[in-house]
Amino acid sequence: MNTNRCSIRLIALTSCFLLLVLSTLVGSEAFATEPTKTAQEKMSPIDEFRLLNRLTWGVNSSVVDKVTKMGMPAYINEQLNPSAAELPETIQKQIDALSISQQAIPQLIEVAEKRRKAAADITNLDDKKVAIEANQKALYLLARESSTRYILRALYSPNQIQAQMVWFWLNHFSVFQQKAYLRILIGDYEETAIRPYALGKFRDLLGAVAHHPAMLQYLDNEQNAIRHINENYARELMELHTLGVNGGYSQQDVQDLARVLTGVGVNFGDVMPKVQVKLQQYYVRQGFFEFNPNRHDFDNKQFLGQPIVSRGLPELDEVLDRLVRHPSTARFISHKLAVFWVEDEPPVALVSRIAETFKRTDGSISACLQTLFSSPEFLQASGRKFKDPMRYLISAVRLTYDEKPILNPAPILNWLNRLGESLNNRQTPDGYPMTASAWASSGQMATRFEVAKSIGFGNAGLFKPADPQATEVPAFPQLANALYYQFISKMLSPATRKALDQATSSQEWNMFLLSSPEMMYR
Amino acid sequence: MNCSRRNFLKVLSASPLVIGSGQLFAVPAAKSRFLLVFLRGGYDAANLLVPISSDFYYEARPDIAVPKPSADVSSALALNADWGLHPVLRDSVYPLFKKGEMAFVPFAGTNDLSRSHFETQDSIELGQPEGNKNYRSGFLNRLAEVINGAEPIAFTDQLPLVMQGSIQVPNISLKSIGKPAVNEHLGSIIASMYKDTALAAQVNEGFAVRDEVMNEMSNEMIASSRNAISAKGFELEAQRIAKLMKERYTLGFIDIGGWDTHVGQGGSSGYLASRFDELGRGLTAFAKAMEPVWHDTTVVVVSEFGRTFRQNGNRGTDHGHGTVFWVLGGSVRGGRIVGEQIRVDKDSLFQQRDFPVLNEYRAVLAGLFARQYGLNQNQLARVFPTVQAHDLGLL
Repeated sequence: MNTNRCSIRLIALTSCFLLLVLSTLVGSEAFATEPTKTAQEKMSPIDEFRLLNRLTWGVNSSVVDKVTKMGMPAYINEQLNPSAAELPETIQKQIDALSISQQAIPQLIEVAEKRRKAAADITNLDDKKVAIEANQKALYLLARESSTRYILRALYSPNQIQAQMVWFWLNHFSVFQQKAYLRILIGDYEETAIRPYALGKFRDLLGAVAHHPAMLQYLDNEQNAIRHINENYARELMELHTLGVNGGYSQQDVQDLARVLTGVGVNFGDVMPKVQVKLQQYYVRQGFFEFNPNRHDFDNKQFLGQPIVSRGLPELDEVLDRLVRHPSTARFISHKLAVFWVEDEPPVALVSRIAETFKRTDGSISACLQTLFSSPEFLQASGRKFKDPMRYLISAVRLTYDEKPILNPAPILNWLNRLGESLNNRQTPDGYPMTASAWASSGQMATRFEVAKSIGFGNAGLFKPADPQATEVPAFPQLANALYYQFISKMLSPATRKALDQATSSQEWNMFLLSSPEMMYR
Repeated sequence: MNCSRRNFLKVLSASPLVIGSGQLFAVPAAKSRFLLVFLRGGYDAANLLVPISSDFYYEARPDIAVPKPSADVSSALALNADWGLHPVLRDSVYPLFKKGEMAFVPFAGTNDLSRSHFETQDSIELGQPEGNKNYRSGFLNRLAEVINGAEPIAFTDQLPLVMQGSIQVPNISLKSIGKPAVNEHLGSIIASMYKDTALAAQVNEGFAVRDEVMNEMSNEMIASSRNAISAKGFELEAQRIAKLMKERYTLGFIDIGGWDTHVGQGGSSGYLASRFDELGRGLTAFAKAMEPVWHDTTVVVVSEFGRTFRQNGNRGTDHGHGTVFWVLGGSVRGGRIVGEQIRVDKDSLFQQRDFPVLNEYRAVLAGLFARQYGLNQNQLARVFPTVQAHDLGLL
């Protein structure tokens, strides 16, 4: 009840504010850029610090230095148009050493298939069980490598907005790594379907996802065939990926889209399926993606009120085009971006402006973000967004160790697991929630404080290499640094300052700072 | 938030307007306790509650069947002419069944036909009308809403779907407890930073739950530090849960994994038998530890689905459909196999592979909740919308 009243008031306030602004400005373009410029020109160092804390996975000394030198507008521009990320050498080495960096997917699948068949051939059941468990463990380790790589990039990539958008889209197009061969595919899904398009055109992203075996396996479309319809992907493609649940489609549209998607599947082997001669011209194979016309429904279809002319795989492109151009998609994606970047219940007017940009730019994600970052609503919402576990952990480690490379990200993966937000591990296709209500439970808070203690005391194991032969390189947390005295100290509440004063060691002091309410919001 | 919501509900229920409109929320303060145990992975119910009168069962499971009741200790324990219990439960829950404090509901489950672990688990936990999937509203949270003074808790690391919703529910895993990393002194300083913030309630509750757990468990920790022989695994966890549910919490949830037995599951002994043993001992320990309020307590054990009736090529079983629910409690009208039943043979299998569902889980639970909490139609409709309660007379 209270929330409703609040949001009504908020809407009322926002519209008053907009009327005021609109009446003083001429032309909509001026509205989109003018207030930003002023805001950025007038921005105090501490506001700039707050903004950087929101534009990155979490502020640290290096990024503050960088922006002091190059200026905020240039930084945002660079972030929205990133060049290849250069990681610290030791981090790049850790990534290069992963087997997902050294072996291609076909190799990994071949090995897994061989091991699976070998286990199937074992007759002694005890031995068979041991073999199956060993295979499961090998797959588990591959999935864990993908998470490891993601964590290292989140911590150290200079392309912080891109890194966050990769997480955002991995979560938007969420797949569950435990299903089928996803533990092998998940790293490739991130690398080839998500990362290249994370700031590009939404249509390209949607298309890449629709052609990746990870999604096709996860939502069962590989089993979708004429007379054996599986609606799973068709439904989520509209409900979760584009239009949103009330986006204006019917059950009939779900059924028709499922028919369009018949035959869209995967093939991990070398053998081409037997295709009727008259249909062979429609067969498509790209890597593991396969369109098998034998399984496709070639009858004409109707989708979102318009006919689809039967012609095999190009039907998919047509429906994706139609979905991306639908106004519900612009609104749905814009709303989700605003929830991620601004606040749990973002202003309606802001969402509309992002949606306008989406339509005007043919779904350019970086253009939408430009609109979002340059909006007064974004600046005003500073400090209101509760961090989900992923952001809390990454921001705490970034703040604590700046660019000093950690030697073992395993503790972070374990914390993420305890806090229930492991990467690629959401069972359901809706992705992890991004709002405070999901993450601010009592058990969650208590666990966060334990994590804060581990990090603050410097005994979490982040600098203990996984290799048992290697020696731990102690690295003491450096939280009482220039950044603290210049910025953070000035943003703390009296209660937080009082708590910090009660610390009896620098470790306790670190823990209190990392446990403070100020660290829970951005 | 929690408190103000409850106050709001109390005020609402006290106002004449609402009494006139048929008592939507408030139920008399709940002394009653309810624990839901979720076996994740789809346990093989046909080897738990064995259809001993079915020749087809023995035909379909040449290597993994539990033998018909006999003098042999590895044979099924006869519960009635048609059903037997897995022999590994002889000294744990079997006595509860004989005492009349335990019942089984065969042919139970959902109408979800995906045979997917997670889809079926979700639909059960959400307990919404078929096709609806609001991931922010689980049925135990809705139950907590309609019971006045309910104290819900999830004994898990993360808040499960079944407990998601408008009521704030604490969560804490009791698998391993140790001295909290953040001691009371440091905790109080941390809490002081939050006293004027929106998170004050959660932060305090988080520390309070930990402290309660510590206090309740201190005897156990003293005992273990003296090298006393203590329970392990789920048995230990169940004792800890009982301590908290006896003193404070009234609506609990716990999940147990490891039931997805595709390969080499065993029969009277073996992998699955040892899982049953651990579960049985845990539930018995829970019952004992709940005294003297066991008569006010109900435990229901569920799983997302049963498994294929026939053994597969690997002496295991694959994902199936109907399962068997366990219902335990001091006031349970037990010693019976309840609910709709049919003869188990080749022709009665669902899709020629598994048990049919004749006792839909929401209807069964609605019937149970109606008895346990005296819920009326409106209240039941809030917990399980559009469901017609199926009263099996379990209490």
